[in-house]
Amino acid sequence: MIIQGIAFYVFAALLVASGVMVISARNPVHSVLYLILAFFQAAGLCLLMGAEFVAMILVIVYVGAVAVLFLFVVMMLDINFRELRQGAMEVLPLGALIGLILLAELAAVLGGWIVAPGVDKLAAAPTPAIDAVSNTEALGRLMYTQYVYLFQACGIVLLIAMIGAIVLTLRHRAGVRKQNVGAQIARHRDDVVVIRKVTTGEGV
Amino acid sequence: MEIGLGHYLTVSAIVFTLGVLGIFLNRKNVIIILMSIEMMLLAVNLNLVAFSTHLHDLVGQIFAMIILTVAAAEAAIGLAILVVYFRNRGSIRVEDINMMKG
Repeated sequence: MIIQGIAFYVFAALLVASGVMVISARNPVHSVLYLILAFFQAAGLCLLMGAEFVAMILVIVYVGAVAVLFLFVVMMLDINFRELRQGAMEVLPLGALIGLILLAELAAVLGGWIVAPGVDKLAAAPTPAIDAVSNTEALGRLMYTQYVYLFQACGIVLLIAMIGAIVLTLRHRAGVRKQNVGAQIARHRDDVVVIRKVTTGEGV
Repeated sequence: MEIGLGHYLTVSAIVFTLGVLGIFLNRKNVIIILMSIEMMLLAVNLNLVAFSTHLHDLVGQIFAMIILTVAAAEAAIGLAILVVYFRNRGSIRVEDINMMKG
């Protein structure tokens, strides 16, 4: 129990600290790297709560895909980031005020949270005992049966996002020589090869 | 010192607030704003997982994964728009993004 407490406080403190660094780092590359650290800490918290599969998916999807995408874009675009940071201090009081209000409201709502007795009986999909079915298997059993339409809708969302990203960033540049497979296959020998009888001593 | 639901909810509330604050502090830099949105989605995910494990209901984890999918799609589309915008205008200043005003 003590180890769980220590692990929670380490993960939580690192998560908050790296979150602060994400929004305050001068260099966006550092921001992305701190974001990766924050995702790892969140995965640790999920692991601590007993949601192993979500923790692993968090690492794979966020660190493996989203953060790398951010890193790629930050490094690819040639932007003067120093200029973009100007004026940040002017809005700091307003931002801090709104942040404090939001935090106080969240604390007021969530701090007094009391779980009604007997609410365990109302669960839509009660978690099976961990020694009988692992977390991953239980999630799979639920996701591929009861929530299969939602799962497929997720697939469609990802497909549309992929097509959208490709359509947005694809550009046809003039003057680029590309392979035209149709033209290559349609080419016939008779169209391009001519046999000439060359007269000796005169050339073509 | 039992680590309960309240501890996890506190952490996710702090992370969510940091995300909101990040949008205010970096209102000129779209990339940091997108990262702040990712952090807010992460906080929501933590909330869902915390309630799911505390109430012994697996549906919360299913929804957490669906939010993860939407977050990935949103990041991909957002960054693609950003790349196209930078290619056209040579800048990503938020104040310059007013072409739709006509």
